[in-house]
Amino acid sequence: MGISIKEIPDTSIFDLRLSRRGVRLNKMCAALCAAAERDAFKRDEEAFMARFSLTEEEKNLIRRRDFKGLIDAGTNIYALLKIGSATGNSLYRMGAQMRGESYEEFLKTRNISGAV
Amino acid sequence: MAKVVAGIGLSHVPSVGPAFDRGKQQDPAWKPLFDAYVPVRAWLQKLAADVAIVVYNDHVAQFTFDRYPTFALGIADRYPIADEGFGTRALPVVPGDAELSIHLCERLIAAEFDLTVCQEMGVEHGFLVPMNLCFPHTGADWPVRSVPLQVNVVQHPLPSARRCYRLGQALRQAVESYPADLKVVVMGTGGMSHQLQGRRFGYMNEKFDQWFLDQLEADPENLAQLSHHRIMEEAGAEAVELIMWLTMRGALSPKARRVHRHYYAPMTTGMGLITFEEQD
Repeated sequence: MGISIKEIPDTSIFDLRLSRRGVRLNKMCAALCAAAERDAFKRDEEAFMARFSLTEEEKNLIRRRDFKGLIDAGTNIYALLKIGSATGNSLYRMGAQMRGESYEEFLKTRNISGAV
Repeated sequence: MAKVVAGIGLSHVPSVGPAFDRGKQQDPAWKPLFDAYVPVRAWLQKLAADVAIVVYNDHVAQFTFDRYPTFALGIADRYPIADEGFGTRALPVVPGDAELSIHLCERLIAAEFDLTVCQEMGVEHGFLVPMNLCFPHTGADWPVRSVPLQVNVVQHPLPSARRCYRLGQALRQAVESYPADLKVVVMGTGGMSHQLQGRRFGYMNEKFDQWFLDQLEADPENLAQLSHHRIMEEAGAEAVELIMWLTMRGALSPKARRVHRHYYAPMTTGMGLITFEEQD
């Protein structure tokens, strides 16, 4: 066994095992760094996901916009931001969902919530 | 001979980019951050640097996990603006200094830092936000040439904080052996405390951040002993970017004096700023 990092509660540590698990999702997300690909995703999400050979389980996470589930399935947080962009979900909206809060509830926990 | 004249540690929060582009410098929620850079830019203007070496991380825009370098250095004359999933920002292409870059690669690899060498690389917010704040572009150009130095702070295992510090020390030697008469500023970017996933999304720790700033100034050699685990536990998983500040600090001499220091944490990231100047 290699040297893995001790777990931290409520925290995902993106290591090589997680990266392997998320290989299809992260490849798909990386493609979204081009305007034409974002348009293709928006036009036909199902076809786009099929092109990257996502499993049925992975497709369901995207269909449900289950951001915590996507992180657990190995999507890197910075890759996830590109799905957020393509689906109209800002980082803070995705974060609120991961915390189990509404967007408005989440904003109330911030020091200066106007800096968005 | 070239010399390192200053070092800057600063956060590269992505939302600063659009705030900058939309002219939100006077917006009450953003003003404290942007105001902190007014004296920094005046100071930099006086220093009249030729080159900025920017130690940063890409966020799955140019470097994807199919092939992922631990340390990657650009050796191009120009670095285009990358689309990181939100569209390409309307910024001029960043001028590089290929000759200096090649020299740095030769020296650093000889010093056993086995870099990935990039003939082509676009730059995104990790690189651009620090440039917007310190060396803002003027119309079609930027006031300095740049050398992008990309570090893996995303896919564990990461290089240790100490390795990053040692890289900074080697970087200083490499700069000082370059024959042209250049003034170089080294920027260490990212952090401070933040976590962007899991139930702990939005976690910040100002106490840790202030301690980090204290130690970065007073005892960087000791700070470089920090483990990734401790940074992530105390300051959030994405705070581990802070190891890149140690590369900047390693590139400074023991005589460097701290000039500016600022901290602002409005939303989900402790945005820190610290500058150091070498003494003649």
